[in-house]
Amino acid sequence: MRSHFSEIISIVAISFLAFSNSPSSALADTQSISIDGSSTVFPITEAVAEEFRNQHGKIKVNIGVSGTGGGFKKFVVKEIDICNASRPIKASEVEAAQKNNITYTEIPVAYDGLTVVVNSKNTWATSLTVAELKKIWGADSKVKTWSDIREEWPNRPIKLYGPGTDSGTFDFFTETINGKSGVSRSDYVKSEDDNVLVTGVAGDLDSMGYFGFSYYNENAKKLKAVSIDNGKGAVAPSVESITNGTYSPLSRPIFIYVNHDAYKRQEVKTFLDFYLNEAGHLVPEVGYIALDKNKYKESLARLKAIK
Amino acid sequence: MKARMRHERMFQMLCALSTVVGIIFLFVLLYHIFQAGWNFLNLNFFTNFQSRFPIKSGMKAGIYGSLWMISITAVVAIPLGIASAIFLEEYARKNAFWRLVELNISNLAGVPSIVYGLLGLSLFVRTFGFGQSVLSGALTMALLVLPVVIVSSRESLRAVPLNLREAAFALGAAKYQVIFGQILPVALPGILTGIILSIGRAFGEAAPLIIVGALSYVSFVPENLKSEFTVMPIQIYNWAGRPQEEFHQLAATGIIVLLLILLSLNFVAIMIRDHYQKRFRL
Repeated sequence: MRSHFSEIISIVAISFLAFSNSPSSALADTQSISIDGSSTVFPITEAVAEEFRNQHGKIKVNIGVSGTGGGFKKFVVKEIDICNASRPIKASEVEAAQKNNITYTEIPVAYDGLTVVVNSKNTWATSLTVAELKKIWGADSKVKTWSDIREEWPNRPIKLYGPGTDSGTFDFFTETINGKSGVSRSDYVKSEDDNVLVTGVAGDLDSMGYFGFSYYNENAKKLKAVSIDNGKGAVAPSVESITNGTYSPLSRPIFIYVNHDAYKRQEVKTFLDFYLNEAGHLVPEVGYIALDKNKYKESLARLKAIK
Repeated sequence: MKARMRHERMFQMLCALSTVVGIIFLFVLLYHIFQAGWNFLNLNFFTNFQSRFPIKSGMKAGIYGSLWMISITAVVAIPLGIASAIFLEEYARKNAFWRLVELNISNLAGVPSIVYGLLGLSLFVRTFGFGQSVLSGALTMALLVLPVVIVSSRESLRAVPLNLREAAFALGAAKYQVIFGQILPVALPGILTGIILSIGRAFGEAAPLIIVGALSYVSFVPENLKSEFTVMPIQIYNWAGRPQEEFHQLAATGIIVLLLILLSLNFVAIMIRDHYQKRFRL
């Protein structure tokens, strides 16, 4: 009878011992940088962190993905040093930062173009005006069939695909097209996972959707991008048209936000120097469009001016 | 008589069919995953950290993080769960208060995991100040699996035959001696089944850990309880959401490895269970 008792006790004791052995004093001399925020910006920061590790192995870079909003929530209470953001900081978040005496700098790191896509077998919809987009996606939209957009288009129901309401892409699209962030019709297929939208539009002749340019670029064979006409002629999304700004208004810069107190730490300074020097060639590697080289230099100069 | 035979056969067929349907779906799923993930399944995948190049990318951080987390979860949840089950089943008075507690524990087993994530964030990360560490993640997971461990442990304690207790009491054993010497060893196989199921669940969870602050990019393995960490499901989720097809294949590779590790963990647990089942067969 005693033997089982001691058996159980010893199992528990051994497992506790296994953990108390782990070194808990090694914390002091490790340097780490904590980053969180948008999943859109994540691949860029990840690429930078990966290269950074090869040169500065001792500095640990941690990147979380809790969305732009989730990232700012942590940023304004000093839980993280850098926030990945696919939209500029909102007024309410600025307020929260001020309340906690946090000063920061916004640094654009790349462009992302939103792409309106249709099925690759769709022969009619090659371009849309901004007004037409608003007519389709507006909160009180009456568009049910393609012919509701232009009369000569087929009289078949249109099926819409778009990102869920938590995404920065949704915020940006609704603000640019419908005039106010978050205002949109809601009777469309929503997914936070852009790959679901790609599959949906690729498999449905009468579908239309919108998502980030990199997802279109990877699936260009399966999809057809719609050119956007903002009154100066229809422009198709491409690396060139997004870089030179003619693909408008659906192209946006994406950012990192840097906490000034964090920037005073040597490891954060080293990391950001590296980030802005290398972004020019790392950004295109992960499917985004790099800014002009001078813009990275300007940002670096702005950071260096922080006292 | 004939009608009954016919019904018997129909019932048998129906049961067999249900089993086959499940197995077919499982095999279709496994086939797809293996087909997609086979290419990236090599040693690099276990020894490399994440990379922007799928071919160089690996799951080292996730594998270590998951194993760390699950061990701490087990060390915390198993003793707590079994002890609570023993108390509720053997010692607690059967009054309204304890019945309410029991009811609540059963209900907690059905609470969405994301709610545990929010609880873990405010309790372990902020109030206790453990930060976004592997300890916070593991404690949150322990809370998540506790109800399942308690409920299944109680069921197996209850299934221990009454005459076994009576025999032990008749020989003058104290209650704790009866519990440790007679009841627990007999109930252990059932308890272990509950533990296997709940550990499996904790192993596959991503959502609550993202809330608690598990990361998506980590270039080191946990060194102590306060280390930042990532787990395999988060890495898989992250890869599956990328635009590039290669990353989707990488996600499939991750799923294969996760299944293999889970399978071997369960294998060990089943070995222990069978060991006890043989010793205390009644």
